[in-house]
Amino acid sequence: MKRIVEPGNFSLGLWKENPVFYLMLGLCPLLAVSASLRDALGMGIGVIFVLLGANITVSIIRKIVPPHIRIPVFIVVIATFVTIIDYSLAAFTPQLHKNLGVYLPLMVVNCIILGRAEAFASKNNIVNSALDGLGMGIGFTLAILLIALIREFLGQGTLFGFSVLSENYLPFLIMIMPPGAFLVIGFLVAAKNSLGGKKKC
Amino acid sequence: MLNEANMGFIFLSAFIVNNILLIRFLGLCSFFGISTSIKSSVGMGMAVIFVTVMACSISWAVYNLLLVPFSLEYLRTVTFILTIASFVQFEEIIIRKKAPALYKAFGIYLPLITTNCAILASAFLGIDYKLNFLQNLVFAVGISTGFCFVIVLFASIRERLDTAPLPENFRGIPIAFITAGLMSLAFLGFKGLFKL
Repeated sequence: MKRIVEPGNFSLGLWKENPVFYLMLGLCPLLAVSASLRDALGMGIGVIFVLLGANITVSIIRKIVPPHIRIPVFIVVIATFVTIIDYSLAAFTPQLHKNLGVYLPLMVVNCIILGRAEAFASKNNIVNSALDGLGMGIGFTLAILLIALIREFLGQGTLFGFSVLSENYLPFLIMIMPPGAFLVIGFLVAAKNSLGGKKKC
Repeated sequence: MLNEANMGFIFLSAFIVNNILLIRFLGLCSFFGISTSIKSSVGMGMAVIFVTVMACSISWAVYNLLLVPFSLEYLRTVTFILTIASFVQFEEIIIRKKAPALYKAFGIYLPLITTNCAILASAFLGIDYKLNFLQNLVFAVGISTGFCFVIVLFASIRERLDTAPLPENFRGIPIAFITAGLMSLAFLGFKGLFKL
């Protein structure tokens, strides 16, 4: 007998099946907006919102959607939530909206979100889908914050825009530029491999 | 701004200076997924060029001729993804029927392209930069040839990496990221080519 609420669905996304380091999904926003912690946090919250909303909605409509057109339906659901967050951010935090730029509407094709809708929410009840969405979203946010932490700290010597190193620190500028993103995530994945849990990607 | 530059600048900017893969970080899933062999990279690259150019033109027309006159700009995200997805589907059917050889060459990459963010991003960027139709076309050609160029270069490096003596933990994905980082560093050198 399947339990109605399984708290394990929440913690799965945090580390064991972290969407970023384990599944290698959703790379584009991860690399593009991780140059500063503020933008990364904004992106993370956006992804949590869309994942949660899309998972809940997909779970509600899962029994009335004909199976062969389910993907377009899921995409429209996701696109709706992306539009909501896009316009809310534009209204409440215009600067963040400007920094996130084109990567915000591109959440529509973020494979984490469609992947969870298809693989989890379309088969599970509302509570479990919400937990899964929340867990995966927080897992993504933690990953992007970790990358942004390394990049902002090394690249500017600041955290959330506050200076934490002495005046004499010469910023490692390459880290906040595009190549730094690739290098940081390369080393992080290598570090994760050495910690075990190695998986062929 | 980009919409005041001439066609050559628009092309170069999209092709190399703001390369979609290495500088803008878009379309990375297929970049890392497909680039294990040169042959599949060429197929994917060609498919991306074809679909990007068509999809950008169609979504430009949909946005400027349909959404703007009815002030429905907020439906942009929903409309574009649906336009592109149905277009790719439609195209797959036509190619399979009319040009089986072509279908064999890049048919398997077409479904992957629907969720390739490079395509959707080119459509969004063309609108964001307020390009006219012709500029948008040149921009799309630049972006997609840039994608094709880099993915083929990257695949040729990765084929060699397979036999290179690497630390165990760096094999596969990590070294691919680091290689991409170094290529991105090289492409950063084009940044000073001209200012836009």
